Amino acid sequence: MFNDRSPIYRQIAEQIKGDILSGTLVEDEQVMSTNQYAAFYRINPATAAKAFQQLETEGILYKKRGIGMFVSPNARAMLLTQHRERFFSEVIDPMVAEARACEIPLEEIIDRLRQLANEGRR
Amino acid sequence: MTMTVEARSLTLNYGKTTALDELSFTLDGGKIYGLLGRNGSGKSSLLSVLAAFRKASGGEVLIGGEPVFENPLVTRQICLIRESVDVVEASDRVEEVLAFAAERRPNWDADYAASLVDTFQLDMRQKVGELSRGKQSALGAVLGLAARAPLTMFDETYLGMDAPSRYLFYDAILTDYIAHPRTIVVSTHLIEEVARIFEEVVIIDAGRLVLHEPAETLTARGASVTGPAGQVDEFIAGLTVLNEKQLGRTKSAIVYGLLGAGQRQQARAAGLDLEPIALQDLFVYLTTAKGGSR
Repeated sequence: MFNDRSPIYRQIAEQIKGDILSGTLVEDEQVMSTNQYAAFYRINPATAAKAFQQLETEGILYKKRGIGMFVSPNARAMLLTQHRERFFSEVIDPMVAEARACEIPLEEIIDRLRQLANEGRR
Repeated sequence: MTMTVEARSLTLNYGKTTALDELSFTLDGGKIYGLLGRNGSGKSSLLSVLAAFRKASGGEVLIGGEPVFENPLVTRQICLIRESVDVVEASDRVEEVLAFAAERRPNWDADYAASLVDTFQLDMRQKVGELSRGKQSALGAVLGLAARAPLTMFDETYLGMDAPSRYLFYDAILTDYIAHPRTIVVSTHLIEEVARIFEEVVIIDAGRLVLHEPAETLTARGASVTGPAGQVDEFIAGLTVLNEKQLGRTKSAIVYGLLGAGQRQQARAAGLDLEPIALQDLFVYLTTAKGGSR
């Protein structure tokens, strides 16, 4: 269920972000409790709590004392902005580096992108 | 209902052999702790002293702030399940062992014990001495969990259990801990499969404390760095290196220490692969370090 490439709490945080982006979790909706997460994923509750803490710091979730954690009203917009920024540094930049390593001219990549974009439009 | 556990310069000698050597640490309690160590590192000795089964040769143990040795008010709050289940007679039946525990344990939950007996498919009528190794461990798991002791310690309570039983055991520890928070210490060699339920990890080696850290911090601290040898050497200079190996011009090093965002970026820029390492691997590197000291 989890891979070993990043700490489990970060993977849980990413899953919640994914759910918000896809619309599975909507704004002002309550997320499961740390204990529910812990029992479901079979992890220590403190690990789940750390994920929530991180998301609260980032402004993705907010806490209602004594009730639980909720999705912030602007969470999805924030995540979209973050993902657009990361798209270039994490997808485009490594792709260009890879293309350079196997000596693929930039024009060929651009042609390919255009072709894919046109196919997508049809 | 949580109990702090404090070891102060704890020493235990068996004749001329030193099992525990000036061991000091404090567990805040209310958490699940993993106690890790190689064979003969002193795990069982430590647990025996914490549970007052043995008297320390030096130093002291405070449980909930109270000295533990010959202190019945404290020891009745403690449940240690040893490798071999402690029973009066091997001819006792499972049901008799459970009834005996129910009498002695102030927080015993008989319904929960019965459901665990079902989970682990134990035969109530069977004699303890005739149980397979795995079923003996399962009985230990039932005794430890259903006692709901504020300080519960399992000393390798999985020997002989098959994988499905072990996972049932880990799940039971976690769910019962969530429902009834208490201090739980689990000593194990099977780190990989149980690591996720630990909140903190204590590693001992040769009777001494190697480290005591939150599990997440610990795994965040270890990283493997792989790439061209020159770049790897440049990157690991000044870091604590636990292991190095080289294949042609590619080098891989295991470093221990929190890497900052700047270092991660530097690694990426130098074309190095930075990967976290699993707790079990980290444990292996930390306890086989050259000379045994770091």
